[in-house]
Amino acid sequence: MRSFPTTTLLAITLGLTNIAQAEEVSVAVAANFTGPMKEITAAFAEDTGHQAKTAFGSSGKFYAQISNGAPFDVFLSADAATPARLAQDGLTVPGSDFTYALGTLVLWSADADFIPAGEGAAVLQNGKFRKLAIANPKTAPYGAAAMATMRALGVEDAITPKFVQGENIAQTYQFISTGNAELGFVALSQVVQDGEIGSGSGWLVPGDLHEPIRQDAVILKRGADNPAAQALIDYLQGERARVIIRAYGYDLAH
Amino acid sequence: MGFSDADLQAIWLTVRLASSSTVLLLIIGTPIAWWLARTRSRLQGPVGAVVALPLVLPPTVLGFYLLLAMGPHGPVGQFTQALGIGLLPFTFWGLLVASVLSSMPFVVQPIQNAIEALGERPLEVAATLGAGPWDRFFTVVVPLAKPGFLTAAILSFAHTVGEFGVVLMIGGNIPGATRVVSVQIYDYVEVMDYDQAFWLAGSMVIFSFLILLALYTLNPQARRF
Repeated sequence: MRSFPTTTLLAITLGLTNIAQAEEVSVAVAANFTGPMKEITAAFAEDTGHQAKTAFGSSGKFYAQISNGAPFDVFLSADAATPARLAQDGLTVPGSDFTYALGTLVLWSADADFIPAGEGAAVLQNGKFRKLAIANPKTAPYGAAAMATMRALGVEDAITPKFVQGENIAQTYQFISTGNAELGFVALSQVVQDGEIGSGSGWLVPGDLHEPIRQDAVILKRGADNPAAQALIDYLQGERARVIIRAYGYDLAH
Repeated sequence: MGFSDADLQAIWLTVRLASSSTVLLLIIGTPIAWWLARTRSRLQGPVGAVVALPLVLPPTVLGFYLLLAMGPHGPVGQFTQALGIGLLPFTFWGLLVASVLSSMPFVVQPIQNAIEALGERPLEVAATLGAGPWDRFFTVVVPLAKPGFLTAAILSFAHTVGEFGVVLMIGGNIPGATRVVSVQIYDYVEVMDYDQAFWLAGSMVIFSFLILLALYTLNPQARRF
């Protein structure tokens, strides 16, 4: 008789602990990481029981929102500068930032014959196109890397009049995929399929032509006491997440 | 603090775009409004609805379809290429086409209302006095419906100045060619240059207020829109 209430109590306690442990973390995620993050949050929920609620958008917009009190626990930026700036403003948990992915820049065209294999640099040097789309170099790290690449190849001045700027990497992709710009610089993650360029034609820009595209994640002040925030940061560095990140055409820091 | 050269360029471009689209819209919108106000055709409902669509659709929807339509594979794009003028996206002309479409209801509806309010009588009287159709239009309809035309012109100018979504979708953010004021403000916010954004955005608020003030002072009936 005595054991009955004890077990019930034990079961209730265990149940409650489980509920207490399954926390919710709200994450602001750079738009270029949308694909992998959707898979990672699903795996994260499966493996840890924590739920990650994601919002996707541009890092600049997230900076404005977070500075104005937007309720995010974790921020996965498209660059290293924005988390650093938030840290300076005292809005992050000190020391929580790390590089979760290194972006790969690709010169891409929706036309399967436009960029012959390995000849991206030659295509840029020939300049036989009307419009080339890049993401806004002031706001998008892929845009900045694209500029650096063209500078390194010595074609910046020749191509500048043909620029079309997307506000972000997603709009840049839209300009190219609709054929309004014959080619342009996007993230490999946008055109990747099973680790390779899925459609059209493209050229993986060698990493030595531009600074690495470091994408940093950070825990925000609001997430300081949320165990799920730390769990997500840990999970992003775990094996399962790393496999997903790689499959989307990103490199890893280590 | 003041306007940078880039701001002035964006302002000039915006003014150019808004005035060109207003002139074009008065030319295109007036016959449509005339027809909508006077026809008994069953097409009146559908045509009126199509004209009003931009009021309801998110600008991104309009921008997205325009980008597809004016692109190299779209019908408009194939047509403009066949004409030898190339493709419209990322050009001033592309923005103009988009602005005309998105501001269409702001021109057609006030003019249509004004013509409907006029009724048949003045036109019949003019006709019995021997005035031909063009004469009737320019000496009877235009003066009597003047408030409608005025409202249409101011609203289409103001709406084009305020347009952001469509311009962003097909503009390509090219300084001097497609970077209008609204995109310039967006740019400042994205690069976290809030001072400059504040300045330019504040000017927009003052400008919009003055436009509406002018509209309401010149044409008290416009308050009903």
